[in-house]
Amino acid sequence: MYKLSQKVWAVAGTILKAILIFVFVFPFLWMVSVSLQTDMEISSSPITLIPAVPQWINFAAAWSKGPFLLYLKNSLTIIVSVIAMQMVIMVPAAYAFAKCDFKGKNLMFGLVLIAFMTPGQITFLPIYQMMSEWEVMDTLLPQIVPFMTNAFGIFLLRQYFMQVPDELIEAAKLDNAGSLKIVYKLMLPMAKPAMSTVVLFSFVSHWNDYFWPLVMTQTTNVRTLPIGIAMLKNTEGITNWNIIMAGNMILVMPILVVYVFCSKSIIRSFAYSGIK
Amino acid sequence: MAAIEFKNVTKKFGNHVVIENINLKIKDGSFTVLVGPSGCGKTTLLRMIAGIGPQTSGQVLIDGNDVTEIAPGKRGVAMVFQNYAIYPTMNVRDNIEFGLKNNKIPKEERDILVKEASEKVGLEEYLDRKPSTLSGGQRQRVALARAMVKKPSVFLMDEPLSNLDAKLRVQMRVELIELHKKLQTTFVYVTHDQVEAMSMADTVILMNNGFIQQIAAPEEIYRNPANLFTARFIGSPAMNIVELNDGIRLGFRPERGILSDEADPKADFSVEGQVVTREMLGRETTYSVRDPQGRTYMVTGLDDPYKVDDKVYLNVSLKHIYFFGKDEQRIYEEDAQQYQACLEALRRGL
Repeated sequence: MYKLSQKVWAVAGTILKAILIFVFVFPFLWMVSVSLQTDMEISSSPITLIPAVPQWINFAAAWSKGPFLLYLKNSLTIIVSVIAMQMVIMVPAAYAFAKCDFKGKNLMFGLVLIAFMTPGQITFLPIYQMMSEWEVMDTLLPQIVPFMTNAFGIFLLRQYFMQVPDELIEAAKLDNAGSLKIVYKLMLPMAKPAMSTVVLFSFVSHWNDYFWPLVMTQTTNVRTLPIGIAMLKNTEGITNWNIIMAGNMILVMPILVVYVFCSKSIIRSFAYSGIK
Repeated sequence: MAAIEFKNVTKKFGNHVVIENINLKIKDGSFTVLVGPSGCGKTTLLRMIAGIGPQTSGQVLIDGNDVTEIAPGKRGVAMVFQNYAIYPTMNVRDNIEFGLKNNKIPKEERDILVKEASEKVGLEEYLDRKPSTLSGGQRQRVALARAMVKKPSVFLMDEPLSNLDAKLRVQMRVELIELHKKLQTTFVYVTHDQVEAMSMADTVILMNNGFIQQIAAPEEIYRNPANLFTARFIGSPAMNIVELNDGIRLGFRPERGILSDEADPKADFSVEGQVVTREMLGRETTYSVRDPQGRTYMVTGLDDPYKVDDKVYLNVSLKHIYFFGKDEQRIYEEDAQQYQACLEALRRGL
């Protein structure tokens, strides 16, 4: 009896997992399929699942429909600057919150947590106004400056730093290491899993971000890839889904490449950000 | 090489006073062991010397200079921590070298120093290994090499052997004594283990509740305890303490008690009792003997003539008896009046 119910659960579990995978993977595969279909195939009924002849030309078409090289450059500039700035600001902040005593520490950490929980949809208006007063709307700054620090990252790194025994820091002090050296030579290498989690989250969320660049940009000059691809929709009267999907393929390609090369550490870091 | 001095030093954690107004000198080149039960303030003293747990008030002097305002890394001290505190992401070489790099020692010189230090502790083949691949004893050596390589004038050690197994601990004890002989620098060593204190120190500082109980050479602190706490703490099995009249207490070491089949008329202290337990340790045997009043005495001897439940007499001669007053301080023979009172109490019996 016991064995039977165990088997039933195992089968049910497998079926549920299969459904879950299908729900997640099917839209992705369909995107791949549509990006390779002809205009006729996308509007045919019943729907085409596998294109007769893969239309690689869709990719070239998508790429030529806008200044995608510029968009790509903007996306990369924003991501690299954001992550670099976050490293500079977030790591010492997390260290200070974890291991130093100073007045107002708890209050300040509370503020960080509030920032962590405040969605961008609330802060975009004041930030927009501020940026427009600074007259930097035609630069990439409105997409970089607000993300120079990362409350989630500070929180995660702080939790990690708190687990590091004080003796290690004391030993480093006795080895005549200054605070910066302790932070970057000692603490940061130890916090590698946490750090890669933060960098990956930052990368994925900024690479895919649609809302913020949409409200913060008015000219083509400063737009990013996701906005550029969304704009494919408006270039002609009818919606060319195959071209848009080809654009989306271009967008997700870097993330796929990153995933293929470091899937292990991604899984590890996602697991890490959960319960540890 | 450096002497260390505490002047009117007090340490508080919040409102809790851990150390109150301590004055203490640690001699240049000595192997000084701070020993006492946990929470007695010994580690607190050590951390003050290192500068990683500064005093609340008073001065700490190294080589006559007040180091209160000097950063830990610039005091010329090195410390070995209980859990070794080896940098886990660096290999052995980087661990040893870290302090030298921070002190801007040129590469060629660093290489020589690292080689020297790692040879001294037998780690030269492990320089490229990560700490996680090393055994407890090897990690301990990394910590030692890391301290040594800086050529500090003061070596601080906070229970460095307590995470090692018994055999390795004995071996490391010998090595530390030899290291001290070789380096000739001041060693300050913290432990709660009186055996470590006795075996390694040339000066023992016994502490309890933030106060210094006695400062003396190991043999002196063993033979001449200044108070009841010292008498009880140093020595294993502990000194036998018997309450006499008027709050006076008598003490004698387990090895000074002599067991016999009949009462010894010449003995100054003699009780009848029964063997309760017998521990045969090979070289010696430890008996616990209970008298009719229910008091238990520990007696050790090289001979092993008795069995459990045997009836015995326990005899101690006066020259091996210590007296302690109501205030738990030792009453010395020189203090004629009080000493007479003790003898009187002893004569009147238990």
